[in-house]
Amino acid sequence: MSLTPDDVRRLARLARIAIRPEESGAVLDRLNRVLGLIDQMRRVDTQGVEPMAHALDVVQRLRPDEGRESDQRELFQSVAPAVEDGLYLVPKVIE
Amino acid sequence: MLNATLSELSAALGARKVSSVELTRQYLERIARFDRQLNAFISVDEAGALAAARRADERRSRGDAGPLTGIPIAHKDILCTSRLRTTCGSRMLENYVSPYDAHVVAELERAGTVLLGKCNMDEFAMGSSTETSHFGPARNPWDRRLVPGGSSGGSAAAVAARLVPAATGTDTGGSIRQPAAFSGVCGLKPTYGVVSRFGLVAFASSLDQAGPLAKSARDLALLMNAMAGFDARDSTSLERPKEDYTRSLDTGLKGLRIGLPREYFGEGIEPGVRRAIEEAVSWFEAQGARRVELELPNSALGVPVYYVIAPAEASSNLSRYDGVRYGHRAQDYTDLADMYCRTRAEGFGAEVKQRILVGTYVLSHGYYDAYYLQAQKVRRLIARDFAQAFERCDVILGPTSPTTAFAIGANSSDPVQMYLNDIFTVSAPLAGVPALSIPCGFDEKGLPVGLQLTGTYFSEARLLAAAHRYQQSSDWHLRVPKETPL
Repeated sequence: MSLTPDDVRRLARLARIAIRPEESGAVLDRLNRVLGLIDQMRRVDTQGVEPMAHALDVVQRLRPDEGRESDQRELFQSVAPAVEDGLYLVPKVIE
Repeated sequence: MLNATLSELSAALGARKVSSVELTRQYLERIARFDRQLNAFISVDEAGALAAARRADERRSRGDAGPLTGIPIAHKDILCTSRLRTTCGSRMLENYVSPYDAHVVAELERAGTVLLGKCNMDEFAMGSSTETSHFGPARNPWDRRLVPGGSSGGSAAAVAARLVPAATGTDTGGSIRQPAAFSGVCGLKPTYGVVSRFGLVAFASSLDQAGPLAKSARDLALLMNAMAGFDARDSTSLERPKEDYTRSLDTGLKGLRIGLPREYFGEGIEPGVRRAIEEAVSWFEAQGARRVELELPNSALGVPVYYVIAPAEASSNLSRYDGVRYGHRAQDYTDLADMYCRTRAEGFGAEVKQRILVGTYVLSHGYYDAYYLQAQKVRRLIARDFAQAFERCDVILGPTSPTTAFAIGANSSDPVQMYLNDIFTVSAPLAGVPALSIPCGFDEKGLPVGLQLTGTYFSEARLLAAAHRYQQSSDWHLRVPKETPL
């Protein structure tokens, strides 16, 4: 199965990646090559096989529900592109 | 001294034949001399390294030194460091300085190692050649027209050229072992969960593992002693007692069952690679190891499965790069959605974008079962192949890569051709088992060939022992590239 230019536009929108019109042909070609490779595993009979999400059968550890982290807001925000009064600045989303 | 192993360096430091400051200066000089051509480093921290070396020397004079105290190392630029930027080979993180150190970074610092700098890599570890780095390709010290492998290509090239005695790498589909093979050094991918992923910039979380690259198997064992261990900050870190990875190094090979999968010796393997691997296998047999012919029937599906699972996890992990909390942000945009789209278009390179798009596709509505769920099922079949194989053998031997190092640019036009380089390395991380690569000879072009040893879960010490015995009677691992003479 091959992707169309419309599929690429849809995926780019879902992935929040702007693709310039002049790039889209090359992107489409490479994606289709990769999907061609991936298609080899779609034909395998996997009836009754449990999906394997993780390399080892381990359960998530639990810890006591107690706060452990200290406030490091200033440190963490020191690497942000734009902050003011302890808040991250983004373009206006509500008119 | 520059071609010495870590244990030799450690002994020299202990006997006061050399100080850590002197050793650090020697390696910094080599970096200054050779790295302009190799591009193995993204950042070099001369002042920080010399300060750390002085602290190590003081520690040693107090009688407080461990085996790694005063040894210069380098980290792959995917491991977060609070004193040096962590770029992950990407424009997105070009100026990113992490607020904290990765667990591996902190542990190696606690052991007293001296950090010289951060090594070049494929962007976000996505690649097999270090060509996708935003900072330009790293080059193979055996022939600068060739790639050093990837994604930990900078680490491998730096160790091969003796710019540093050891370095860290990370392996998701072969990113420690394949560059180790291409560059003629040793590299180990541990069992999943043995080394904490805290502070390792995430690519595919169910596969990513950090591990060491160095000149010898004994060196890998010494580094693992510092790197491995439980860390509560990584939810997949395993609670196991600390291991001494050097404990079995002197075990003999008599009776060791070496598994030879038919699929690892089939078509598509370069004759020079095949010859070197077969000679190594014969050597093991001559030492009393027993040959077990076996099959890993699903191994050809490893690459297709990997290129579903890894991009799927990457598309989710990399959604954090939105230009809000850290990293690159586009200059011009109309609204929030446009800011995300432009930030990510500018910050990511072509290969990373392509993998995010593939991952987005295989996880999207209507395709999830056919791709992602199916890949997880075939992943279990691959893991079962290994489980069955390890009932009959102790160690699986084979080539790390079907070819030796290829030319820069040779595989860039077709992603599938590039991905097929990973055919022998993707299965171990999919199953979660440990595997290592050691040099086992040269092809007719004079390029190093890597021998891969794969074992069952937690068998690192056994793999290291087999590799160490091999290195007791070979000197492939001590050869130095002509382009970077001592």
